[in-house]
Amino acid sequence: MSETIGSGPVLAADGTPLKRSLQRSLRLQKLRALLLIAPLLAFILITFIAPIADMLFRSVENEIVSETLPQTVKLLDADGPSAPIVPGNETFSALYVDLYVAVKNKEHTRLGSRLNYEQTGVSSLFRKSGRRVRRLDVEIYKNQFLDVDPAWGEVTTWLTLMEDAKVHKALPQTMWAFSAWLDDVIEDGDKPEEEKLEDYIFVALYNDLSAVSDKAVSRDLINKTASAVGGFETVDFKSAFAKFDKDWHNEDVWKTLRVYSPPYTEGYFLNAVDLQKEFEGYSVRPENERIYGTLFMRTLFMSLIITGCAILLGYPIAWLMSNRPMREANLLMIMVLLPFWTSLLVRTSAWKVMLQQQGVINDTLVWLNIIDEAGRLVLINNQFGTIVAMTHILLPFMVLPLYSVMRTIPVSYTRAAKSLGATNWTAFWRVYFPLSVPGIGAGSILVFILSIGYYITPEIVGGTSGTFISNRIAYHISSSLNWGLAAALGSILLLVVLLLYWVYDRIVGIDNVKLGG
Amino acid sequence: MSKSKQKPIVASQQQIAGSGAFFAGLFGFLFGMTQEMPLIGIAGGIVAGAIVAFLASKYIPTKRLAQLMSVILGGLLGYVQSQVTGAIVGAVFGWTFMWFVYWVATGEYRRRLPSYATPWQVIWHHSFVVLCWAIFLFLITPIIVVMPLSFNAENFFTFTPEMLNFDPAGYSLKHYQDFLTNSDWQSALKNSFLIAPVATLISVSLGTLAAIGLSQPFVPFRRAIMAILISPMIMPLIISAAGMYFFYSRVGLQGTYLGVVLAHAALGIPFVIITVTATLIGFDRSLTRAAASLGANPITTFFRVQMPLILPGVVSGGLFAFITSFDEVVVVLFVGSAGQKTLPWQMFTGLREQISPTILAVATILVALSILMLTTLELLRRRSEKLRGMTPAKSAVKQTAEWRMSVAGGKP
Repeated sequence: MSETIGSGPVLAADGTPLKRSLQRSLRLQKLRALLLIAPLLAFILITFIAPIADMLFRSVENEIVSETLPQTVKLLDADGPSAPIVPGNETFSALYVDLYVAVKNKEHTRLGSRLNYEQTGVSSLFRKSGRRVRRLDVEIYKNQFLDVDPAWGEVTTWLTLMEDAKVHKALPQTMWAFSAWLDDVIEDGDKPEEEKLEDYIFVALYNDLSAVSDKAVSRDLINKTASAVGGFETVDFKSAFAKFDKDWHNEDVWKTLRVYSPPYTEGYFLNAVDLQKEFEGYSVRPENERIYGTLFMRTLFMSLIITGCAILLGYPIAWLMSNRPMREANLLMIMVLLPFWTSLLVRTSAWKVMLQQQGVINDTLVWLNIIDEAGRLVLINNQFGTIVAMTHILLPFMVLPLYSVMRTIPVSYTRAAKSLGATNWTAFWRVYFPLSVPGIGAGSILVFILSIGYYITPEIVGGTSGTFISNRIAYHISSSLNWGLAAALGSILLLVVLLLYWVYDRIVGIDNVKLGG
Repeated sequence: MSKSKQKPIVASQQQIAGSGAFFAGLFGFLFGMTQEMPLIGIAGGIVAGAIVAFLASKYIPTKRLAQLMSVILGGLLGYVQSQVTGAIVGAVFGWTFMWFVYWVATGEYRRRLPSYATPWQVIWHHSFVVLCWAIFLFLITPIIVVMPLSFNAENFFTFTPEMLNFDPAGYSLKHYQDFLTNSDWQSALKNSFLIAPVATLISVSLGTLAAIGLSQPFVPFRRAIMAILISPMIMPLIISAAGMYFFYSRVGLQGTYLGVVLAHAALGIPFVIITVTATLIGFDRSLTRAAASLGANPITTFFRVQMPLILPGVVSGGLFAFITSFDEVVVVLFVGSAGQKTLPWQMFTGLREQISPTILAVATILVALSILMLTTLELLRRRSEKLRGMTPAKSAVKQTAEWRMSVAGGKP
């Protein structure tokens, strides 16, 4: 800091203006801080945020239909609104090619179970048809093409066609079918040139050639064949599929296929709120299939009851703790904190011990002759069990914020109220209680948020009537394997939780809940 | 209780007899219930209680002697009624009975109340306290009940008659033995100890680094970054578990050891961030400047100056991360496969499928472990404050609870 005389800018020791020098060092500091944070941020983004994003993505993703039956979906998409629901032979012929490839790759059952979520029976339809598709005799196509030009039988012909982008454009189905065959051969470790071309490729070729009107390809082979295709003898795929299973002529199956052919669908979300997406539009599910509305309502309702119980039980003990001398309050605090720090499973198993039919509570009641041996109460595997166990588990989350707020309410306020003639009740209700409301708010939202996402405790003590939405999510992930629906339910739950956090932040401030002391 | 001077008896004889009648009547009612004649129980209790209370306050000079005598009397009567159990119940009753009588007799019961309180206010106050104790009992009983049951000699989840009679044959260590020898439990224990430390190491190393970065004076987007880093703690576990299951199975991590470790590390990070940033708030930055001015490079400064000072925070953050992983079941249930079955997972399947008291033995061990952990945290906290030249004001247990509360988290 030398020459600061004069009107020029203040200079640092090295002669640069102080302002710029300061900015540079600030920038450096910011950079250093960010560099220190970067590894963890990347870690969390990859291990945690990406999974959440993936879940959101999966709740709308529906590529399985267009990936497994690409040719059929293409034709269905091209259909106008007035087209018949059950398509013509052309589409069935494409379906044959799709299904044949899917069966080769063992993908048809996956698709079947995916569509089965929307329309019962599709799973067995696909499994059954999968077996029969392989046995359907379509050799006449190959023979007729070979009659037109034996070059069709050579794999090398196909390989050269593969390299032509124009051919790809003109014969998309054929090229797709051929490359599926090629992939399969290469995967087996065989040389393509030595393998026999499968019949389904020629069905695809027929489909393409009969559809293409202007012969945009300047290849003689294709042009020659295309003009001959018109007189080919064909297989009636539509009736062949009907022979596999008459459901293939059922409009409902095709409606489902048409509705779920796009790569993204809102269907999972609709299912998650007891609606369904039908060909004609959205509709409410039949009465006996509406479970999620009930489940969401039950989750919210039981969370509310649990929050209410936590307030009822937490308020008196928080009051007692905040009105006793520090030493005594600390002792009482241990009784709140010991359960708080004990493993969740320990507490849940403890409640199982307490509540079961041969459990401690029933035993005591029988011992006191309040109930008899035959009349043991059913306290577990129902809503009562879930409410009791979860109230116990979440009670510390209510007591701690309540205590922190109550600790700051001066005793003199109620004394003043009483000295002015208020009864005990008035002094409490008009003076003390309003001051403790922030604690109730903080504790309630906390308990509520935690309880709507609970899984373990309802699973163990909830039976069937005391389970929450999270149990349904777990069921769809591990048992029914309907991941899309699980993701949609999870996304809705996530939305609810985020909304509640927003409310919590507005009312309490995320980092404003303090435990005074 | 300290050896205070014998308090004089201030209550009237009616009051003393009434208190004895009330307490013994209550007990008589309960006892009568078990014998299916509650009314006789009440009547007997009232009469006997009134007489004993009156006699004791009149002829026995000190409270201590009275209690001793009533304990012996109660114990003997109880033993006659139903052996050891009866003796214990009787002795406990005798002690509390005398305590209650003298509590009333010496006027001790009005200690917390203003002298002008009406009898109804006194009764109201004490019923309220009793209610509060009932709630505390509700909080603590389930955890206490588990412990004796884990020593059950039978394969039941319930108290057997032998246990209630304190017959040594009713107790055994077989469930602990089962825990120590059963291969399922042992592999679960091994998995827990393979997963938790590695997850902790990742969370602590990355978390400490980031916490130091976050505590710099100028951090762009601090709030947003903090929100992202804390998010694993505030997200319901089922959502984290579902998302991780989908994503990890997409990238081939589902069902692998690495997948579980990464998932648990992510769940533990918020705790490290919060504890270490809290420690860094009290950190005197001129210390690092002094070290730098004396020629230490940043790495030396970190390890020789900063690290020793924030170590208690780092260690307690690490303990949190460890217990989060050690106690976690929802995520491992989805992200892991049978090869990564941890202790809580084994308990969970045990509770859902085959009920074995081994679970209770494990539960007892875990309770002991959590008490140990609490004590460690408390000691660390005191040490941290000593290092930073503060007087230990807030207990570590409460402080750590506050950390958890402050971000509205927990372990659902």
